[in-house]
Order: sequence, then structure tokens, then C-alpha cells
Amino acid sequence: MSLGATAPSRATLATPVFDPAVLRRDFPILDQEVNSRDLVYLDNAATTQKPASVLTALESYYRRDNANVHRGIHELSRRATVAYEDARARVGRFVGATDPAEVIFTRGTTESINLMAWSWGLDVLREGDEILLTEMEHHSNVVPWQLVAQRTGATLRWLEIDDQGLLELDALPKLLGQRTRLVSLTHVSNVLGTVNPVADIVHTVREHSDALVLIDGAQAVPHLPVDVRSLGCDAYAFSGHKMCGPTGIGVLWARRALLDSMPPFQGGGEMIRVVEREGSTWADLPHKFEAGTPNIAGAIGLSAAVDYLERVGMAAIARHEHELLTYALDHLAEVPGFRGLGPDQVELRSGVISFALGDAHPHDISTILDSEGIAVRAGHHCAQLVMRHLGLPATTRASFYFYNTTDDVDRMVTALHVVKGIFG
Amino acid sequence: MENPPLKSLYQQLILEHYRKPKNKADLPDRTVEVRMTNPVCGDEIVLQLKIEGDEIRTARFAGQGCSISQASVSMMTTLLEGRKLADADGIATRFTQMMHGDESAGGDRTLGDLRALQGVSKFPVRIKCALLGFDALLEALKQSGHTPVVRDEGDEEETTP
Ligand SMILES: Cc1ncc(COP(=O)(O)O)c(C=O)c1O
Repeated sequence: MSLGATAPSRATLATPVFDPAVLRRDFPILDQEVNSRDLVYLDNAATTQKPASVLTALESYYRRDNANVHRGIHELSRRATVAYEDARARVGRFVGATDPAEVIFTRGTTESINLMAWSWGLDVLREGDEILLTEMEHHSNVVPWQLVAQRTGATLRWLEIDDQGLLELDALPKLLGQRTRLVSLTHVSNVLGTVNPVADIVHTVREHSDALVLIDGAQAVPHLPVDVRSLGCDAYAFSGHKMCGPTGIGVLWARRALLDSMPPFQGGGEMIRVVEREGSTWADLPHKFEAGTPNIAGAIGLSAAVDYLERVGMAAIARHEHELLTYALDHLAEVPGFRGLGPDQVELRSGVISFALGDAHPHDISTILDSEGIAVRAGHHCAQLVMRHLGLPATTRASFYFYNTTDDVDRMVTALHVVKGIFG
Repeated sequence: MENPPLKSLYQQLILEHYRKPKNKADLPDRTVEVRMTNPVCGDEIVLQLKIEGDEIRTARFAGQGCSISQASVSMMTTLLEGRKLADADGIATRFTQMMHGDESAGGDRTLGDLRALQGVSKFPVRIKCALLGFDALLEALKQSGHTPVVRDEGDEEETTP
């Protein structure tokens, strides 16, 4: 059977050569003017845009299959249940999770981490126990642990970053010990783009403690191939909306034994086996952690996003973002007063550039770029500990995805010259 | 700069106040101090006033942030010295009206240099920046026993309770 004779399967639909200019046509939102200029969207670390295939999946679910899951005997409920559970298996496989029971759907990374904090943390942590976090964490991997530490008497310890924004890994063994119950860290920094060597870190943690390792993968899963099994961690969290999926859906993956040992996070329908006045028993995994009607359409949309990303190819995405990063750093260096933050070595970064520009404030830079049709983020990026380390109240951040092109970078460079024109 | 709204936003006077702020100093004999921050962007203003009776004698500030927030507070402090508390409150009201699109306020001389900020009203996400110093002022007036004028968003009438 020749390839040409087969009906188009997913594999044969794959873009033969990776071409962002072609891929971006799949994203209806990118085809518009903002402030009378063609939109350049460089705020992908905040959220990514959605391809038409994801929008279609959402719409056709609501048009044809919408029903509650795991409840009705009727045909629509059967369809919705199958689609929801297929989505779980599909999204799990995308990150190397072979057992769908280990894939819990949540609202996103924030809820995934909160699930770990309030279910595992509140149950297990005792006075004197230690939680090790890093200075580069997003607030969603800081605040839940502060809240649970306050209630349990556990203490937080911190792995610091150096001036390039790399973790001070030499200090890691000394921070670990018998009291360390959890190490929770980000895979990729949303401010500096630093890609942390998670597998090596897990190895060190295992050597020096019995601590669990939880990884915040919000900025990793969208941008590089991730395999939770080969990373060796115990739990891994990510968000659908940062990887072409809808908002309001995300995943907590965790080892079955760990999830089995944990009490439920929220109570309600869907998560019970038997309810009696005296108490209740829990449903099997993964439903034990999914109280109430879940975000069915969101899961289906995320599954379509994962299909799309796989067609593009995660390795190709990572490669393109590196090329774009290198191109951007070269050209930005020519803007007088440009000061890029983050690791010098491009290989240690993902497609995120936080920067300062002379004494122009990030807020002003962002307004000027917006008036040129360019969307970037200005602020502390929900990572005030990083900002404090850098000694900056805020930065401007441009963050790429596979649909960004060198033209987008050129537009940004030109607009930064406008900023220089105003602020000198 | 070919972009007209941008041009009206970044007036020379604003950039001058941003680069060389007025009254940016410590006021040891202050009677009131208020810190205001914008958690979204990290802008921060600490306003110090020396108030005697119902009059502002001296106004100083410290702060960091964008050109709009820093220029606005700098301009504001130049108008406060020797002002009655009620007049200071009146400036805040008039400025807020200008931010919300009241064009007539742009010609109001009591606003002094602040009139250069009129272009901010075309940039809704930046209005908060321009008002940060005034938020501090109103809080300082309140802490100093002044009953502030009641104002509703978008309501241009003012009523004293
Ligand atoms: C590193 C990191 N962790 C966690 C989050 C929180 O993700 P969400 O808001 O989707 O829960 C983000 C996104 O802002 C992030 O960049």
C-alpha cells in the first residue's frame, strides 16, 4: 500500500516541513489588526492561541455530544463519557503517562498544585517537616505551600538562583535531609526561560532524602517533549491553555500509589462510591479527585490540542523556538540599552525573553509595543521572588510559540527603537 | 513618532517629570505617610505630607514605577503646598474626571502640569497608573481627619456628605 493511496490519516496530514508561516494560518485569531497594525502575539507564556481544530472540537462537542459524564444510560451521556475518558488517555500519553488512572483533570496548574497541597500536604505534613521550593517559582507553587505550612507547622526552605537565573544546584544536597518531605519546583521558569535539569534534580533528591518531587510543568509541556516517567518525579502539573487548549482545564499526573494514599481534595458527586450518614467511601482513581461535573468540553479541547501539537511535533517546536530565541537575542542586542535577563547559554532556555531597556519602565514599553500591535507582558509575572533576586520591580517579557516568526521579532525590534526614541 | 495617541500620551513634560521628579525626597517632619502600590505592575508610591490645621505645608514622595505614575505624583506634589485639604481633594476630583474622559478638565488651570496627562484617558489600562498618587493623597487626607468628597466612578457630580 503506497502512502499516497491511504485516506489522510493524522500522520499523513503532518506538515512535511516545519513552517511557522503556514502553521499560523491554523490560528484564526492571529489574522487581525490591533491598533491598525497586524497583530504580533508574543505573550505565549501567559496563554497561547487556539488552532481551528481545537475550536471545532469544542463546538462539535456542544453541538452533538453534550451530556453529563458517568451518569446517564442514554446515548449522549455514553458519547460524552467516552470522549472525556479518551481525552484523559490521550493527554496522559502525550506526557508519557501510560495509566489513565494517574491522570487527574483539574482547572490548571494552580489547581493541580493546590490539590497536592491540600490533599497530600495537609494530611502528611507535621511540625518540623520541610518543603523545599526554589526562588524561581511562580506564585502558584509558593502560596499553596505557605498556606499548608501555616496549618501544619511545616517549614519552607529555598533553593536559590544565581545571577543568570540558574538554580544553585551545588547547594541542593545540603538543603535535603530526613525532614524534607517534598521538593516542588518548576520545570521551566516563566520569567527567565531557564529549563531546569529535572531528571538530575530528582536523582539528587532521591540520594539525599525520601522526599516526594512535584514538578510545575506549566511552561514545559507546551514547549518541549516531556515524559513524566523518564523524569522520575512523583507528580507533575500543567495547564491546557498554555498549550493551544482551552482555559479551565489542566492536569495533575501522579503515581498511582501516591494518589491512592491521599485523601480526596474536594467532596461531591462523581468522586464517591457509597454515601451514608456516617460517612462515605471513595470512587476509584482518577474519579476520587474529580468531584462534581468536570470540564468535559475543556478535556476534549485539550485532547484536540495535543493531537495538533503532536502533528506539528514537539521536537520541531522546541527547535524552532530555540532558533527564534537565538535570532531574537542577536537582534535585540543591537537595540541601545537592551539588557536581557536569564541564562547566557541558549541551550539552557526556552523561548522566553525578559528584559530591561534603559530607564524605560516595562509598563511604558508594553504600552508603546501595544500601540504598534505587539502583545508582550510587563510586570512581575507572578514571580516576585525572582524579581527581588534580580533587583527589579518588573520586567518586560516576550514569549514565543511555534507560530511566531522572525518577522515578529523584527517588528518587536523596530518598536523597541520607538521606545528608545521616546525615552532616549 | 507617527502614532498620534502615543504622541499625546508621552508629552515632553511627562518625560521631564519622570526623569527629574519634583519633591522626590524624605520629609522628616511629616504628619502623615501613605504607601500605595499597584500589585499588577509593582508600581509604588510613598507620599509624605506635613499638614498643619487644614493646610498642606509640604509634600514629598518616594516611589518607583512607570513614567505615568511617577510623573503624575511629581506633578501632583507641586500643586499641594499651601493648599487647603478641601482644595487638594478638589484637585483629585478634577484630575479623576479628566482621566475618565472629561475634556473640559484638560483646560482647567488648577491642574497645572497635570493637564499634560490628559492623553492617558485614551489608554484605559494606564489610568490606574496616573491615579496611584491621588489614591495616596486621598488616603492621606482621610488619615488627617479630612472627610473626603464622595465620588462615584463616572459620576461627575460631587456631593459633600
Ligand atoms: C511556571 C508557571 N506555573 C504555574 C502557572 C499557573 O498556571 P495557571 O494559571 O494556568 O494555573 C503559570 C502560568 O501563569 C506558570 O507560568
